[in-house]
Amino acid sequence: MKVDLFITCLNDALFAQTGRATVQLLRRLGQEVRFNASQTCCGQMHFNTGYQSDALVLIRKFVEDFKDSEVIVAPSGSCVAMIRDLYPRAAEWAGDHALHEATLKLAEKTFELSEFIVNVLKIEDVGAYYPHKVTYHPTCHAVRVLRVGEAPLKLLRNVKGLELLELPQKDQCCGFGGTFAVKNAETSTAMLSDKASSIMQTRAEICTAGDNSCLLHIGGGLSRMQSGTRTVHYAEILASVEKQVRP
Amino acid sequence: MSDGGIHPAKTFVDAAHDTLSNTQMRRNLRHVTSAIRDKRTRAVSEVDNWEDLREVASQTKQHVLENLETYLLQLEESVTRAGGQVHWATDAREAREIVAKIALKHGAKEVIKIKSITTDEIELNGFLQGRGVAAIETDLAELIVQLSHDRPSHILVPAIHKNRSEVRDLFNATLGAKLESDEPAQIAGAARTYLREKFFSVKMAVSGANFAIAETGTVCIVESEGNGRMCLTLPDVLVSIMGIEKVLPRWEDLAVFLEMLPRSSTAERMNPYNSMWTGVTENDGPKEFHLVLLDNGRTQVLRDEVGSQALKCIRCSACLNVCPVYERAGGHAYGSVYPGPIGAILTPQLLEMKDDKANTLPYASSLCGACYDACPVKINIPEVLIYLRGKVTKKKGTTLESLALKSMLWVMQEPHRFEGALKLGRLGQGPFTQNGKFTVLPGLLSGWTHSRDLPELPKQSFREWWKEQGQ
Ligand code: SF4
Repeated sequence: MKVDLFITCLNDALFAQTGRATVQLLRRLGQEVRFNASQTCCGQMHFNTGYQSDALVLIRKFVEDFKDSEVIVAPSGSCVAMIRDLYPRAAEWAGDHALHEATLKLAEKTFELSEFIVNVLKIEDVGAYYPHKVTYHPTCHAVRVLRVGEAPLKLLRNVKGLELLELPQKDQCCGFGGTFAVKNAETSTAMLSDKASSIMQTRAEICTAGDNSCLLHIGGGLSRMQSGTRTVHYAEILASVEKQVRP
Repeated sequence: MSDGGIHPAKTFVDAAHDTLSNTQMRRNLRHVTSAIRDKRTRAVSEVDNWEDLREVASQTKQHVLENLETYLLQLEESVTRAGGQVHWATDAREAREIVAKIALKHGAKEVIKIKSITTDEIELNGFLQGRGVAAIETDLAELIVQLSHDRPSHILVPAIHKNRSEVRDLFNATLGAKLESDEPAQIAGAARTYLREKFFSVKMAVSGANFAIAETGTVCIVESEGNGRMCLTLPDVLVSIMGIEKVLPRWEDLAVFLEMLPRSSTAERMNPYNSMWTGVTENDGPKEFHLVLLDNGRTQVLRDEVGSQALKCIRCSACLNVCPVYERAGGHAYGSVYPGPIGAILTPQLLEMKDDKANTLPYASSLCGACYDACPVKINIPEVLIYLRGKVTKKKGTTLESLALKSMLWVMQEPHRFEGALKLGRLGQGPFTQNGKFTVLPGLLSGWTHSRDLPELPKQSFREWWKEQGQ
């Protein structure tokens, strides 16, 4: 299949290693990966913060950039949720019927990484090797908007050497919420401290998730607490093989 | 312009700061919300067709909103036919006057109250007091709040922020009780002794309403303590105040709501007490019945296609109990009688998006979506939050934030600008990072480094790597 990668602006800028891992993983699974360098940002930050007309500019750009794609895959639950759930809404609010049609079409072919592997490619064992104790945080958008369900867990359970530790209170939000983390920093911190303590209870070395924005927040907190637990996107875990375990 | 108990005195950030630093309150909140949350999940999972019920409930409410005038007029007619009197109140002031007038006409010195969040919305108690009428709350939790001169912090468990020992001390100080233990039975006993006396002596009651049936004129209240049953049957005069959105078309419509409301709110299969009354009946119940239909900003909310779904709310409080922000910040942070996720979308709208403090509420959410999943009438709260944020930013015009986002938009419009910005950032970040991370950020971003580090930009962005691979 020809897979168009939507890397997301955050991964592009701060987490290039997640992007590289996603490419390697998809290629190992026999996919042709393409990257349209015209892409930038899905507009989630603008839209969710209340700058909907600014967001529309980016939404239109995205629709244009990906209009010829067969499938679009992104290693980010919240950006995919933006595309699938909020793009059509944004078009509706703007009263733009043509855009609405286009976003609905786009929504059908856009997938979060684990969904794509498990539900579209029908693969549950990606042949990964990762000898670490790992706990998985199900991010809100992946769980409640995309309903990715067990997909990421199925993949992680089949990783050789990986010990998967159950995260207590796992479906509690980590407190990121985009600009919420900045605007309501104290409440966000209270949520983060509970999430961090759940993670530490598991005694995992690594907390993984499908969204680097949540991991940026969780990892930033764990780092500030000098906790000794770090965060890694699951694309990097799944891309690791016996010969090359990613650090 | 509406007024009353829905004007926040502070912004959400400032008010949340108070609760976040109150460790006792945070422990109480966490304890109670997580207990109700778990129980609710069980109560809901017992119903096989829960999702179907949600759909029916949602559609029924939507239908009502779309035909509100018709059903309200029908309700008025039905209530009048059954011997009741209907009053229309455009705002809180009018509603308060109507109730006070009835009380004064009957020479009431005291009124007993049940299920009265709407009366809190119009700040009835204080107003009546000014007219020489004491309003006595009869729900245990409402009584606790009233006696401690506090404000409710939860729709269903108004004293959720207090624990048992605080309540024991309160009852000893105010009701002259001599409680040594804080056993629930003892606390309830002290309240019962006090309230019984009121139930049998006070001649007028004021209630809220969960539902009113247009077809029959029946008003319905569900409750757990039996105090409602007392208030609704013993006094001679009964005044019920309801927001206009509470009307349901037909008697049958109640069935689905009576199934969903208790499971969503208290995680019970059925309410201990369901009281329904239709006008007046000779030799049974109140001799005089008044129904006050309160608008107070609602018609104006109704006109908004997206925002109006907030009026589908049946005040079950499920959204509060699953909300991670409510759990930390507490009900008082929302500055209104409507706290939690529903408050965050209802309060600013009732105030016509004109109140700057209330306009901070749509931002009091991480948009995690737990509220939408829990809501029995499928109000898409995250959607409305985002939508209202749009109204807020429009109203505010140019701010530091809007400029920052505008410049980000400029960068993101062209990939080469984005690439350029990354290069610039990499050059400029040096002096601000240590061991590969930022620990202090300036300006708008300082909230981030309040509690979190931020990694520095890596040497190579993804797009640079891709290019380098010659792909
Ligand atoms: S918004 Fe929904 S969940 Fe929240 S109180 Fe209203 S009906 Fe219940």
